[in-house]
Amino acid sequence: MNILEFTFLVWVSSLLAGFVGSLTGLGGGIIITPVLTLALGVDIRYAVGATLVSVIATSSGAAAAYVREGFSNIRIGMFLEIATTLGALGGALLATKIPTGAISIIFGLVLLYSAYASSRPRHGHLGDCRPNPLATKLKMNSTYPTPNGLMGYCPQAVPSGFSLMFGAGVLSGLLGIGSGAVKVIAMDQVMRLPFKVSTTTSNFMIGVTAAASAGVYLSRGYIDPGLAMPVMLGVVAGSLIGARVLTQAKTKWLRLVFGLVISVMAFEMIYHGLSGRL
Amino acid sequence: MGEQTRQWTDQVVEEWIGTLLRVGVTLAAAVVLFGGGVYLGRHGYAAPQYHVFVGEPTDLRTLSGIIKDVLAFRGRGLIQLGLLLLIATPVARVAFSAVAFAFERDWLYVVVTLIVLAILTYSLAGVHM
Repeated sequence: MNILEFTFLVWVSSLLAGFVGSLTGLGGGIIITPVLTLALGVDIRYAVGATLVSVIATSSGAAAAYVREGFSNIRIGMFLEIATTLGALGGALLATKIPTGAISIIFGLVLLYSAYASSRPRHGHLGDCRPNPLATKLKMNSTYPTPNGLMGYCPQAVPSGFSLMFGAGVLSGLLGIGSGAVKVIAMDQVMRLPFKVSTTTSNFMIGVTAAASAGVYLSRGYIDPGLAMPVMLGVVAGSLIGARVLTQAKTKWLRLVFGLVISVMAFEMIYHGLSGRL
Repeated sequence: MGEQTRQWTDQVVEEWIGTLLRVGVTLAAAVVLFGGGVYLGRHGYAAPQYHVFVGEPTDLRTLSGIIKDVLAFRGRGLIQLGLLLLIATPVARVAFSAVAFAFERDWLYVVVTLIVLAILTYSLAGVHM
């Protein structure tokens, strides 16, 4: 196999990963790393570096569309970005220290959890708005558009959400993913934000979080242009197509099938990590 | 009334952020695609080596090295420039937000945004000249 064939193969895999990631809401990043390492035999450090870059591209591309619709809360996003960027910086530095087998095992576990979390129905929070003093001080209370006009919401439990976001940042920096699944717990379940607000704000934050660890990855030589090029172009194209198809697709059936595929990949990542083959 | 003006400003800021992100990603993707064409045109028939991690050469790890490679019209350097543009896009978004919050006289969020910007700068300082 020469570079031309390899690049094409990586591009097609990334396109599919971006497509599936966008349909299932898992994000392309978490699917492409197992494909690169398990199927194409790429060293996990190169895979994580290339994926991280593609995560910035998809997040920024999607955020550009959402921010105009008025769902994202820029203040909540910015405040929580203090936690995620600090975590991402720590995670990226950690990634250069711990053995690749350990990274592979952690990746497998996060993948399993994400598959489980994405298969469960999500509950948004509406109405009964009792403003939280700290959230009010931080000007986080806001409104968002619904079919019945603007609805208000009041975030709760800011410190717990902030701590969870730090954890999401560490995972993002360590594994080169957006860690959407952890952000969802922090924003949906802990801070009790409406569904649309938490998804779009989380997406808005992913690019900044990934940029914080990308500096470390680039200066340590983990970002290979030859590999990052097809991954980035593929994932972006795939997620754009995914976003178009999303409205017509039978997502329940899709989630089930991909939940199974992802679980298999997760176990394989853990197995490879344990047996020291990655 | 004060609330009304803030809402309006927030909406304008959001429009600008949307445009900034879209332009950044499109520009970065175009540079990466162009660099990829140059790279594949020259090295397409060589064998890929990603099984063993060796790390990138120093010219692809630093800003000055990347610029040198771009001026020499090297494919890998051009791709790396596109990736740098991509990494710079969210950073520019944060910097822009700091200015926008200052215009809104929301000093609390000017400080919050500057903290985020400081963390990002610290991380990217590794990609020194």
